[in-house]
Amino acid sequence: MAEERRQKLCSVILPTESMKAIAESVGVGSLQEESCLALSEEVSYRIKEIAQDALKFMHHGKRRKLTTGDIDHALKLKNVEPLYGFQSQEFIPFRFASGGGRELHFYEEKEVDLSDIINTPLPRVPLDVSLKAHWLSIDGVQPAIPENPPPVPKEQQKTDSTEPLKAVKPGQEEEGSIQTKGQGASSAEVKGKEKMRMKPRSTHELSVEQQLYYKEITEACVGSCEAKRAEALQSIATDPGLYQMLPRFSTFISEGVRVNVVQNNLALLIYLMRMVKALMDNPTLYLEKYLHELIPAVVTCIVSKQLCLRPDVDNHWALRDFAARLMAQSCKTFSTTTNNIQSRITKTFTKALLDDKTQWTTRYGCIAGLAELGHDVIKTLIIPRLSVEGARIKAVMDGPVVSNIDKIGADHVQSLLLKHCACVVAKTRPLPDMVDQYKADYGYLGTMLCSHVVKARAQAAFQAQTVNRTTLTITQPRPTLSMSQSGLSASSGSRTPNIIKVPSSLTLMSTRPGTPTQPSPPATKYIVMATSAGAASTQQVRVLNEFVSLYLSRLPRHLYHFRACLTSDRR
Amino acid sequence: MCLWCRIRQKNPKKKTYYAAHVMTPLLSAPGEKMAAVQDAPMELDSEKETKPEILSDGTSNLSGNTASGTLSSPPLTAGGAPKQEDQQTLIAVLQFLRRNKLTESVDILRREACLEDQEDSQTLDGSGGGKGDGDGGDANSLLSRVSIASAAAPQSTLTPIPVKSEYDQPDVSVVLSAYSQQGDPSLYQVYYTGLKNFIESVLDCHRAELSQLFYPLFVHMYLELVYNNHETKAKAFFEKFSGDQECYYQDDLQILCGLTKKEHLKGNEALLDFRTSRFVLRISRDSYQLLKRHLQERHNNQIWNIIQEHLYIDIFDGMPRSKSQIDSMSGSFAGETRREVNKAKVFYGLLKEPEIEVPLDDEDDEAENEEGKPKKKKTKKDSMGSKSKKQDPNAPQQNRIPLPELKDSDKLDKIMYMKESTKRIRLGPENLPSICFYSFLNAYQGLTAVDFTDDSSLLAGGFADSTVRVWSATPKKLRKVKSAAELNLIDKESDDVLERIMDEKTASESKNLYGHSGPVYGVSFSPDRNYLLSSSEDGTVRLWSLQTFTCLVGYKGHNYPVWDTHFSPFGYYFVSGGHDRVARLWATDHYQPLRIFAGHLADVTCTRFHPNSNYVVTGSTDRTIRLWDVLNGNCVRFFTGHKGPIHSLAFSPNGKFLASGSTDGRVLLWDIGHGLMIGELKGHTDTIYALKFSRDGEILASGSMDNTVRLWDSMKAFDDMETDDFTAATGHIPLPDNSQELLLGMYHSKSTPVTHLHFTRRNLLLAAGAYNSQ
Repeated sequence: MAEERRQKLCSVILPTESMKAIAESVGVGSLQEESCLALSEEVSYRIKEIAQDALKFMHHGKRRKLTTGDIDHALKLKNVEPLYGFQSQEFIPFRFASGGGRELHFYEEKEVDLSDIINTPLPRVPLDVSLKAHWLSIDGVQPAIPENPPPVPKEQQKTDSTEPLKAVKPGQEEEGSIQTKGQGASSAEVKGKEKMRMKPRSTHELSVEQQLYYKEITEACVGSCEAKRAEALQSIATDPGLYQMLPRFSTFISEGVRVNVVQNNLALLIYLMRMVKALMDNPTLYLEKYLHELIPAVVTCIVSKQLCLRPDVDNHWALRDFAARLMAQSCKTFSTTTNNIQSRITKTFTKALLDDKTQWTTRYGCIAGLAELGHDVIKTLIIPRLSVEGARIKAVMDGPVVSNIDKIGADHVQSLLLKHCACVVAKTRPLPDMVDQYKADYGYLGTMLCSHVVKARAQAAFQAQTVNRTTLTITQPRPTLSMSQSGLSASSGSRTPNIIKVPSSLTLMSTRPGTPTQPSPPATKYIVMATSAGAASTQQVRVLNEFVSLYLSRLPRHLYHFRACLTSDRR
Repeated sequence: MCLWCRIRQKNPKKKTYYAAHVMTPLLSAPGEKMAAVQDAPMELDSEKETKPEILSDGTSNLSGNTASGTLSSPPLTAGGAPKQEDQQTLIAVLQFLRRNKLTESVDILRREACLEDQEDSQTLDGSGGGKGDGDGGDANSLLSRVSIASAAAPQSTLTPIPVKSEYDQPDVSVVLSAYSQQGDPSLYQVYYTGLKNFIESVLDCHRAELSQLFYPLFVHMYLELVYNNHETKAKAFFEKFSGDQECYYQDDLQILCGLTKKEHLKGNEALLDFRTSRFVLRISRDSYQLLKRHLQERHNNQIWNIIQEHLYIDIFDGMPRSKSQIDSMSGSFAGETRREVNKAKVFYGLLKEPEIEVPLDDEDDEAENEEGKPKKKKTKKDSMGSKSKKQDPNAPQQNRIPLPELKDSDKLDKIMYMKESTKRIRLGPENLPSICFYSFLNAYQGLTAVDFTDDSSLLAGGFADSTVRVWSATPKKLRKVKSAAELNLIDKESDDVLERIMDEKTASESKNLYGHSGPVYGVSFSPDRNYLLSSSEDGTVRLWSLQTFTCLVGYKGHNYPVWDTHFSPFGYYFVSGGHDRVARLWATDHYQPLRIFAGHLADVTCTRFHPNSNYVVTGSTDRTIRLWDVLNGNCVRFFTGHKGPIHSLAFSPNGKFLASGSTDGRVLLWDIGHGLMIGELKGHTDTIYALKFSRDGEILASGSMDNTVRLWDSMKAFDDMETDDFTAATGHIPLPDNSQELLLGMYHSKSTPVTHLHFTRRNLLLAAGAYNSQ
């Protein structure tokens, strides 16, 4: 401690080289070493003095950051002309250069073309100062509104869910210490404190406003008006007060997927996936506790055999891609050594992929899901399978016309494989790219893969040229999933009513799946897999169930959640 | 130390003279006020202005003509030794006074500047001839004489306890002679280590007390080394022992470590203070005897000399204090408070409310009226414990300082206040206030100060871009008064004349006030809502009219940044404090200050009026709080204990207690009557910029840079503290560590530092701050 302090206090002075450099810059050629030393000491002292005065201005300006203005004011105190031309709101980084045995720190000053400045349109006038009032607290309780910080910060949500033993009961620890320390404290006071601290946590009933909000949001999310939906999703993605409603949202999504997969309602599945995305995007929420509901729903959307009424026309592939991306994102965010999400997911996908009887749709989903998990996964799990998959595709393409659907499926799988594998191969495989070699290595897909790899290499080289000092990553445009892209013409008025359910009826269905007295059935019900080959699918189901069972191990708490929310909803 | 208290001490009979003259303007009716200033007190004013300048070694500034020369020169270069020019100026002023036959002033000025003997000798020498020999040429001899006198001083005053006069002023001689005696520089480390070993080996009960010696000794020894040009030795000394110092001295040590050359000492105000003011330590008699014996045995004269010259050891009889007791009181720039300083009587009670005939509309009002200054008094009675219905024995005389007469509009406002207060929510631990947060959005330029009017109808913000903005917090828009030409056309007899004079075209929700040329660090509304004060980096305080939204007066005098300003609760007076280390009391109709409160050793960072308007409290960067008597300018309370610059102050509504918040994130509570620290509220993690008691004084709200508003149970804090005579006499209070118990609520805002807090008349808490998007 003392060591640390002493080090901090050590008087630092400017190096004499700086003095020399500055002297040279003002035209004093040779400066004696001694005078340099004297100068640097003096200058260091004066600079410190000014910095100390500038701190005063910072404190009175009620800031944490020292600005150039503060320095100017401090100079003014000393009757020194302030420095002109150093006004800057942002942080100006020093740049470092060395050469010729000298090290230099300098500001990067770019040459600016005056005509550019003149010709650029004027920046927009900044908004005027305005006043906004909100309730920070009402009778001692902080309302959960966007203007206030979230009642339960994300870090705490995280520790709650990852270390359930540590987070016994929020506030309990504190409470205990208070009670033991202050025995004289009146019980009424402690009670008041309890009320204040526990309220946002201990109840599972939503206020009337929250119930209304929930209803509005869910209806808008699955309703027919795209503008409303965008607004609702935006709200889910940004609102800090959603923590309490999270169990409801998660149930809504999982139930919604369960129902709509059976009914092959692609549009609604897409809407629900977008809700998952919005929840994930919300910076104040930590979803770990609810993954047991969300992951099965998402995985269902990736690998389900059929997601829409007319698989030959509708673009359910986009949904699979989108859901796969969501899956990858949640793997990245929530996978830990205890829950092993990523490895479990990988296993599930691989098993389905290895099965011969897997349908093209499920196969596509598995590959997409794996591919999104990153280059390493592609390299170890997909590329070795290329020749096998190639043979299978070839069988469909060249063989007798089985069904149009199979053909489309094979086609999509092929392009997906090419898309994902090309860049990985481009990175890992040494030059040159010989078609024959590729053919030998990857079989049927070899030829096409080769041309894709060549393209990928060219693109990478081009990017490396244009963008200086960036790592070689081929960024593929990631289409966001919306109705227009999904190919399902939801906007075309004629078909809408057939496909999209009346929102209110859906919410009714999904939020009240059964009577609350009924115990939640095992989570198997959520997963709807390709069922052409019975054995394979049950296997997959079993693997997926592992997830669920993991979360079910914490069941009592969650069940309590559900029951509470269901009962409150019913009321 | 205040100028006026010194005058009073030295020359009791002068007091009336000054009080009479200076107070003349206060007493005079508004119409004739300027005339009153014009005649007699003219010289007085200039003289008054001059003195603080001399005393604070050129750090203060003045608007008078006499020292206009110093304004242009770098203000802080005068340094430890007053330069020849200063002496010359002094002498010139003296001559001027003599010529004008202002003999009393001459006496005082001479005393002030410690030129007594020199001048006397001079006047004796040249009594017959003109006084022309007093200037220029003699300055050198003057200086030498001063230094001789002071060089002799240490020997002559070698009494064990240097209790000369309690306001022992920093005299010029000390400044000159400080550190002139040479010790062997290489032995400093030995001395210090010797003392350290001794203190570490004494009994536990004495160790904590004697450890207080470390810091001042360390600083003085280091400065001596630096002063005598032993740079490397000084550095080595610093390296070796700086780690031993208490952590709350970090800031000072940081300043100190930059100082390595004799030349640096000259311009450094902080060190000048350290040398001129004596560091005060409180040590029990036993511990002191122990120390004395040790030093005498070892013949450790070096340390003994420093203790004699630069420290003031306040010895008390009784148990030595514990480490925590010492820590709670130390941390200021100049040590602790001397016990005698806080012995003066302070009339902290409230003034009697004027009787107002309330026009009775309904029963409620009637009941209110009969109970005689209802509700509010009642609740106050509870909080005060014993308070007579008529006149608080602790209250000052109603006319102790002249207060403006109540106008009809004021009476109306009082009635409104009483009506509102009947609807006030009684707060308590079970009944916390609601908080409404006013966020300033898009305040790119930086919000630096906020104030609400007492009735919460207006809100003013001071910004770093020199603007002041006034908002209406109610749906009622802000309107200007019509121009003079238009006003002529109005029927002055009509009933709604007040409404007619307003220009409807100018109605808007906010108004900008332009006039300052630097960041606005303080804003304060007048109680009648007609005026707004703002203080700025440009050295001025400006008075704005809220009728015309124009600047009425610019009060110049500080010349350096003015950090804070505050209106008296009765209007008319206001106080300001700034970088020049003085607080000034002004009346709105005088362009020069009525009082200058000098004594702080660093910037005066915040200023507040006592609810009875008879006192002013100031907080400073020197980490001390001072309470000043407006009547005579005395410093009547001096509180130490903060470990960082003080940025917020608040009086409890009954006037009995004071709360202060500082950069160290702690709120300290003080009992003004007894002059004691009675509580410490820990919890904030950053500077506390806002403090406010609820209207009944039951809850203390604090707002901080850490984006939280915290509510504390102030009643409990005050009740827990029994201040009997013994504790009052010794000032040693065991502070309970009960911050957690007292904390009633904590509310986070969303990256919005809390700049201001205000309780409405119905006890709704309003908070304000600028939203910070990064």
